[in-house]
Amino acid sequence: MSTTIPPARPAAPPRRTALPRRVTPARWFSDLGWRHLVGVLAIVYAGFPLVYVVSASLADAGTLTGSNELFASVSGANYVALGGTKFWTWMGNTLVVAVATGAGTVLMGAAAAYAFSRFRFSGRRVGLTALLVIQMFPQMLAFVAIFLLCISLGNVVPVLGLDSKLSLICVYLGGALGVNTFLMYGFFNTVPREIDEAAKIDGASHAQIYWTIVLRLTAPILAVVGLLSFIATFGEFIIARVLLQSEENWTIAVGLYGWVSSLQEANWGLFTAGAVVSALPVLALFLFLQKYIVGGLTAGSVKG
Amino acid sequence: MSLPATRGSGRTGWSPGFLVKLALIALVDALGVYAVLAAWSAESWGLLAAMVALLLAANWAYFSKRALPWKYILPGLAFLLVYQVYVVAYTGYVAFTNYGDGHNSTKEQAIEALLVQNERRVEGSPSSPLTVVAQGDTLGFAVVSPEGVVEAGTADEPLAAVDGASVEADRVTALPGYEVLEYAAVLERQQEVTDLRVPVSEDPNDGSIRTQDARTGYVFTSTLTYDAASDTMTDTTTGVTYTPNDDGQFEAADGSTLPVGWRVLVGLDNFVTAFGDERYAGPFGKILLWTFAFAVISVASTFLLGLFLAIAFNDARLRGRRVYRTLVILPYAIPGFLAALLWSGLLNRSYGFVNQVLFGGAEIPWLTDPLLAKLAVLGVNLWLGFPYMFLICTGALQSLPGDVLEAAKIDGAGRWRTWRSITLPLLLVATAPLLISSFAFNFNNFTLIYMLTGGGPRFDDASVPLGHTDILISMVYSVSGLDGTAAKDYGLASALSIVIFLVVATISAVAFRRTRSLEEIA
Repeated sequence: MSTTIPPARPAAPPRRTALPRRVTPARWFSDLGWRHLVGVLAIVYAGFPLVYVVSASLADAGTLTGSNELFASVSGANYVALGGTKFWTWMGNTLVVAVATGAGTVLMGAAAAYAFSRFRFSGRRVGLTALLVIQMFPQMLAFVAIFLLCISLGNVVPVLGLDSKLSLICVYLGGALGVNTFLMYGFFNTVPREIDEAAKIDGASHAQIYWTIVLRLTAPILAVVGLLSFIATFGEFIIARVLLQSEENWTIAVGLYGWVSSLQEANWGLFTAGAVVSALPVLALFLFLQKYIVGGLTAGSVKG
Repeated sequence: MSLPATRGSGRTGWSPGFLVKLALIALVDALGVYAVLAAWSAESWGLLAAMVALLLAANWAYFSKRALPWKYILPGLAFLLVYQVYVVAYTGYVAFTNYGDGHNSTKEQAIEALLVQNERRVEGSPSSPLTVVAQGDTLGFAVVSPEGVVEAGTADEPLAAVDGASVEADRVTALPGYEVLEYAAVLERQQEVTDLRVPVSEDPNDGSIRTQDARTGYVFTSTLTYDAASDTMTDTTTGVTYTPNDDGQFEAADGSTLPVGWRVLVGLDNFVTAFGDERYAGPFGKILLWTFAFAVISVASTFLLGLFLAIAFNDARLRGRRVYRTLVILPYAIPGFLAALLWSGLLNRSYGFVNQVLFGGAEIPWLTDPLLAKLAVLGVNLWLGFPYMFLICTGALQSLPGDVLEAAKIDGAGRWRTWRSITLPLLLVATAPLLISSFAFNFNNFTLIYMLTGGGPRFDDASVPLGHTDILISMVYSVSGLDGTAAKDYGLASALSIVIFLVVATISAVAFRRTRSLEEIA
């Protein structure tokens, strides 16, 4: 960029950022040029698999071999073929499970964080410490016990047993408090308590304070938690795989894994089309809400 | 809380909020009572107790004036207790049992299963005329005993005398409470009919009625008999007596055992198996090492690349900086499982893009050679993970205190010196907790391993389905047998889960303590 300064006007009035010396190409390269080079290389590295998947999903061959020439053919055949599979059922299942888990996580986590942040009661300190300890044990480690629990629950209440989406949502919600309460607790503490006290003096009940004041003021963190929970649930594999047994109930992760693991070569077109479709909601959410997510990341959450 | 906290919590006025609360609790109570009754009829006493406790807690929390905080905590807490605390505790319990194939149930169920599995038709036993009947969808048999009494039963209900049956030519033609199946309907469900066994009585020693042709029933009794008083199983054909042993199986004097056992506490046996048994100890050692190597190298490589890019793009004069940033984080916005599956295709040996296009048709065994598969896993994880590190490093770099950097410049520190003595230490303090959670995440990165290589290539020597790129969590999955490739061993799988937990918890605890002391220095 600085090379555009015409050399014929050396006497330009020195500005605050003006370079003291003349900009030679070598100087430019060591200052900025290498950054562009790195940037271009990084984009190629980060982007080529994505370009490939889009190209493969549009290839009319639908096989792994037939997808190697980028954009050799462009047709929607693979996307149309998705209609003949259970793909859209899986997509629906995944969205139902992920949205329900995201919403439930936000509601229950925010309520617990509100209680820990605003009330002083016996068991509060113990509760906070217990949450810290519990969140060290990732739920997925216990998938065997979860499987066995769902078998026994299913004997009593079938809808909470194996092969049920409701049961899967309940399992995911079990992890809600452990992971997110601390994130929210810290944020809730930054909302000045004087606001609730003023509302209380005006006659608001604790429920009114919670629903109409605290939740509004903490909306950014609620968005982050809901979103991260949605994304994590969307891609969760092991528990979904263990619990959901019939194809109608599978989530996207279980279904697409089935395609690739059984007949990678033949199903490649279907898989790539499915991958593009199922990556879109997450990608869109991610890019639109990038700012919020980055804030949440630095506060300590990891995406699955 | 300057005002008494009871205000509003125990409102008696019929405000809309109160009505909503009442409706919700009524719904919860209705579902809860249904579940309690279901648990009662399924004789599931543990669940019954848990449901009653949860139900009482819910009603107390929402109707007591003194339970204000619990109104907010309880919904999440209930899920947490059932699906996290309980399953963790249960994992701990199962780790000390031999729960798995061959030891699936309680002793009573094992005895019943043994008796049923060893049923044979009694030589010369009388046959009785039989009719296939149905109760809704459930099939059953109706037989006429030699004394002329009509008895009927299903798989779950032993034979019992039924009054008011009409019998023609020794055969039941109509039966109150049952529907007599037509010949065509029997043909349709032939397999079900020949598989059906109707117990003669509540005592499994008495045997059952079965049929081959849907017209004649024979009494089958077990070649094993169980004696409750001495707690022994006897094989009536060979005369061998089996007694229960400590492993939850019936064992004869010569050491042979009956195939169906029950689950018992086996103490530390599962841990001994993991560390000492020759079938598991070898693979377990390799997998443990590789898990550490994978997690550490993944964190280090993603961090270095992310940091490098963050530095490269951290110059306000750089044009197109936002475009670079947005495009570089794209891999992070793709769900992890999609990326792993996509790369498994890209790295396919014969047809994949990498071999065919980038290496000009070379057949490099990216996913099937032990060493290359490890490199491939690390490479793919680098692609997946560097944008996260890029994001957090960018954040940390932008929040570096400008005055410190300026002071260093005034003191005459060069680029490298500033970077080495100021930027890096401050950056590490800011990112250390995230590096630890990233380590813990990668330590359990099941999705990547399972989708990319499936743990393969297999170890040559192992009789268990484990391979060179398996990490501990994917080993747990294979050992548990839930994917159907190996015998189920919930006990060993749970024991390995406990090992993982101990490793991750110890490392996190130590590391967090270290970083706290780092912060104090800075």
